[in-house]
Amino acid sequence: MRDRVRPAIVELTLVRLREFVREPEAMFWVFGFPLLLALGLGIAFRNRAPESVRIGVLESVPAAIMASLDSAEGLAVERLADDSAARQALRTAGVALVVAPGPARGVEYRFDPSREDARSARLLVDDAVQRGAGRVSPLAVREGIVRERGARYIDFFIPGLLALNLMGSGVWSIGFAVVTARKQKLLKRLVATPMSRAEYLSSFLLSRLFFLVIEVGVLVGFGALVFDVPVRGSLGTLALVCLVAALTFSAIGLLVSSRARTVEAVSGLANFVMLPMWIFSGVFFSSANFPDAIQPLIQALPLTATADALRAVMLRGAALGSAPVWTELVILLGWLVVPFVVALRIFRWR
Amino acid sequence: MHATDRSPALLVRGLEKRYGDVVAVAGLDLEVHPGECFGLLGPNGAGKTTTIEICEGLTAPDAGDVVVLGHRWSEAGRELRERLGIQLQETQLAEKLTVGETLDLFRSFYRRGRDVRSVIALVRLEEKVKARVGTLSGGQKQRLALGCALVGDPDLVFLDEPTTGLDPQARRQVWDLVEELKATGRTIVLTTHYMEEAERLCERIAIVDHGRVIALDTPRRLVAGLGADQIVFFSLTEGTPPLPPETVVAIERAAGATHAARPTDGGWELPVRATHEAIPALLAELDRHALPLAELRTHLPTLEDVFVSLTGRALRDA
Repeated sequence: MRDRVRPAIVELTLVRLREFVREPEAMFWVFGFPLLLALGLGIAFRNRAPESVRIGVLESVPAAIMASLDSAEGLAVERLADDSAARQALRTAGVALVVAPGPARGVEYRFDPSREDARSARLLVDDAVQRGAGRVSPLAVREGIVRERGARYIDFFIPGLLALNLMGSGVWSIGFAVVTARKQKLLKRLVATPMSRAEYLSSFLLSRLFFLVIEVGVLVGFGALVFDVPVRGSLGTLALVCLVAALTFSAIGLLVSSRARTVEAVSGLANFVMLPMWIFSGVFFSSANFPDAIQPLIQALPLTATADALRAVMLRGAALGSAPVWTELVILLGWLVVPFVVALRIFRWR
Repeated sequence: MHATDRSPALLVRGLEKRYGDVVAVAGLDLEVHPGECFGLLGPNGAGKTTTIEICEGLTAPDAGDVVVLGHRWSEAGRELRERLGIQLQETQLAEKLTVGETLDLFRSFYRRGRDVRSVIALVRLEEKVKARVGTLSGGQKQRLALGCALVGDPDLVFLDEPTTGLDPQARRQVWDLVEELKATGRTIVLTTHYMEEAERLCERIAIVDHGRVIALDTPRRLVAGLGADQIVFFSLTEGTPPLPPETVVAIERAAGATHAARPTDGGWELPVRATHEAIPALLAELDRHALPLAELRTHLPTLEDVFVSLTGRALRDA
């Protein structure tokens, strides 16, 4: 209750903010859940000290070879009694490779070349065996150990998670709010007043901006503090990408909820829209894994555009004017304008 | 753009609306004068809500003409919205907002309007200003809905079943509010299926049934139109076989009934003119047929009796 009447757009936006902060569950899904996800995946994929590769060696292998394998660095050797024990060890993936006696007093390597650990095991084992047999490296080599921030999985993942969060909170928060208002006939009551319909829909977009600062700040700050994820580009560029993405996903949220009458209907529709992006847009793993034929489609998705722009800014320090950032922003603007205009036209007010 | 006092606040001519095969409104005419409280009285499904929502510009009619405060919706929609106060039947306001926030929100939609504080005082929610809407009782919610209809300082107020579902005390509070509103000279159109509500609040009433106005007048004249001074109710002791039609006719004739007797609540209602003559005659007639009387009462005729005489059905079970 106030003495001065605030503009309707301000009141409408305040309603959005109040409804959100008075809903503890919504707060958790927007702020708490992404942090838990980042923490969990960050721990699971953290860069560990290189582990020894486990290999199996048949007891019938000559003692000299056995000795050189035992003394080799980076190999954990397991002795196997016979062929069936070797097969068993390979099958249950306990060992990456089995060394068996080979022709001409040599050895045989048994392994599956499609397994990465098996291929590296083969290199290590062969090196140890050949050195033991007297091979001398013709060239001197020195090792310089480097651990570069930005190339780890968590560096790849945090910008993707940020993009995912911008999408999820935009679509869900708006979808539920709109459908609830429609179901309670509140929309019908609102259009019985002189309220501007465009202002009503815009209030959803505006309210997202307030939470955006917190959402982005929390995730980027968490990444920087806990996992040392870099932000190499300017904060201004990062903020702009987040802003456009948040508005875009809000507009998509409005479109998704423009006709639905029940929460079930809007949930189904939202999942239908977002699930393909969860998979194709390269949040959890690189979208380059998908066939070339569907790449143009994948690149046109708003979540791909957001994740790629965020990675360019955070990991590679790309500037606003540089190619990946501004092209992705153009894609996002398209996804902002078209859904908002369509939503305004087809919106069911009663 | 105030309409002059002589032009109607609301004019409805030949209104029709159908939903698929269901005819909701079937050629309905109305004329509401400025400053009066006008009631649409009828059973559920009579077409009251459809009619009022067409007048509110929320539903498009299939045929007919609607002129609100001298304007048609197609010509001056936004202007009309500024001047109307609307309470819809099924609106649930946002539960997480407080009473004050809700009224601030609705106030912000209007270019000119009332001070929110004064509206809160009017609807008696001063102590609930900071309470969330979700914690209010049914009556308080309804008063808040009325407040939302009044923040724009409307010239014409539409109330769709303002007391449906409320307990008697909450209903009386809403009635008091509507009466205060009437005292300020605003035009009010309300729908109801409670005849006491229509009788108490409305200067004129249109009785609506099957999408048509079947009677339109002041409550007093509608009741007077029955021609009966009293309604006599009598019932027979349990176990008495049902009255044959010829006996009913004989009783009506003996008591000088103005309309046909109607079976109700395990007895019969008989509209009569002079009670002091009708009751002795009724008792003598029952005696003549050896019918054992169990109960005898009389009441003044009401709009309920008017509805019964017009449709042959009771308002509450129609």
